[in-house]
Amino acid sequence: MPNRVAIVGIGQTYHTTRRPDVNQPEMVAEAVRAALADAQLSIKDIEAVFSANMETFEGIFLPDHGMAAEIGAFNKPGFKVNTGGTTGGSAVVEGFYMVSSGLYDVAMVVGFEKQDCGDTTAAISAAATPMWGKGAATGAIGEFAKQALSYMETSGATEEHAAMVRLKADRNACRNPYAHLKLGLKSVDEVLQSPYLVWPLRILDFCPQSCGACVLILASENKAKKITKKPVWIADVEVVHQEPFRAGVFGDPTGKETYTQHVACERLYKRNGITNPRRDIDTAEIYEPSNWEEMNLYEHFHFCEKGEGWKLIEKGITEIEGEFPVNCSGGVLATNPIGATPIIRVAEAALQIRGDAGEHQATRDIKTALASALGGPNWTILTLLKRSL
Amino acid sequence: MSTVTEKLEGMDVWIYHGQIYIPNRYSAGAVGSRFLIEIRDKKRIMGTRCPTCNRVYVPARSICKDCFGQLDELVEVSDKGTVLTYTVCNQPNPVQPVETPLVYGIVQLDGADTGFVHMLGEVDPEQLRIGMRVQAVFKEEREASILAIKYFKPLA
Repeated sequence: MPNRVAIVGIGQTYHTTRRPDVNQPEMVAEAVRAALADAQLSIKDIEAVFSANMETFEGIFLPDHGMAAEIGAFNKPGFKVNTGGTTGGSAVVEGFYMVSSGLYDVAMVVGFEKQDCGDTTAAISAAATPMWGKGAATGAIGEFAKQALSYMETSGATEEHAAMVRLKADRNACRNPYAHLKLGLKSVDEVLQSPYLVWPLRILDFCPQSCGACVLILASENKAKKITKKPVWIADVEVVHQEPFRAGVFGDPTGKETYTQHVACERLYKRNGITNPRRDIDTAEIYEPSNWEEMNLYEHFHFCEKGEGWKLIEKGITEIEGEFPVNCSGGVLATNPIGATPIIRVAEAALQIRGDAGEHQATRDIKTALASALGGPNWTILTLLKRSL
Repeated sequence: MSTVTEKLEGMDVWIYHGQIYIPNRYSAGAVGSRFLIEIRDKKRIMGTRCPTCNRVYVPARSICKDCFGQLDELVEVSDKGTVLTYTVCNQPNPVQPVETPLVYGIVQLDGADTGFVHMLGEVDPEQLRIGMRVQAVFKEEREASILAIKYFKPLA
């Protein structure tokens, strides 16, 4: 029986397009300080540090070798992970494994991206696998344009539905002091005026490139109860690997591929007695790089029947005041510092459980929350959080 | 682009060749920027002092590795120091800043608690030794770069 693990500290920077005032390590340190302050701990209390960043995206090999001081890792154990879009989720899982194993009582998970330093799409495309990736690599935009097209075709969703997803994200982001894009959008028509990046994916259908960092402090049960009155328990995690450049990456026109989300949900839900996710879970913070993918993920995570993701948006079920709020933070659509993005999902889900989300706190009481991560190698990571175990 | 360009002799196997181009930029940050401008404009080498540990970091950085303190106090250190270790590189490579033989050294400047990685010059590699005293030689034309310092030369 593994040890119980709780989130006892949460910190993030504000997220924005450019941070020329700080270098990468200095920006990350801001989030570390915020998490330590939240937990009322000093850096000396942190036993191990697990970091997450997309190396090469900022043109630096091993970005962590210049920031041991700034992430409080000097002379401490831990390592950096890079698993594509899921990177931050992998770091959370690593931290969870390490504390649940009993190796450490207090561990810190640090994720960041400073996208004003690099060219993400250039890195994805230039360093793609030569055999079938490099010649046809389109970066994330092309991938999610394909997904949008297949979702539109198979589900009957319209561009208006995608626009409604952005409106929800924007309303929530405008209430979140840390969110990046806060556009103050008022109408579906406003979203539909945004130009196409790659048809049918509009600029406002897609996530931004953000600079920012997010940090979680994890603790074992005994420590957690001493550190905070409001521990958020990591009830379970699930990790599923596949590979890209197959039919079923983010949308499968052949209908023959197994989705990583389905495999992940099946295992996680079964272990935790979740038979009706919308009843058994109170909110979700999902990794939705595009408006279209959010509706698709509703279906993959069994929040609704196949082909009905757009109906949840249409009926307002996933609004912050709704029956099943999704991405009260504004989500990835508003904020995407890649290495930090999945950590923000877990952090925001934990804030909802603590009741500390402030202006973007869901209307309904949140006792159980699901956070997801999605990434380039076609991986899915799920983290299930609870107020009490 | 990504096409196979080489067939291995005697084998039915093809090989990809390529070069990766990734544009990037990097903010030096407030403390790092001061460090660069001081060596460019005033030929002064700056560190930051940790008020808690009293440790002086050169080049200047903004966070202490030991106590996690915020380091805002810039202090000038000497342009003279002691060689902690060195190596002589004879293999040329396009990324090297000068022609070979290239002598890399780690120098602890007087007043600093850290080693400073740079080049050693005006020195016969045979004469190099750990513990030798050296002094910074600045370029005449200086950019805001660590290479505004040309190298460290032995003190007479």
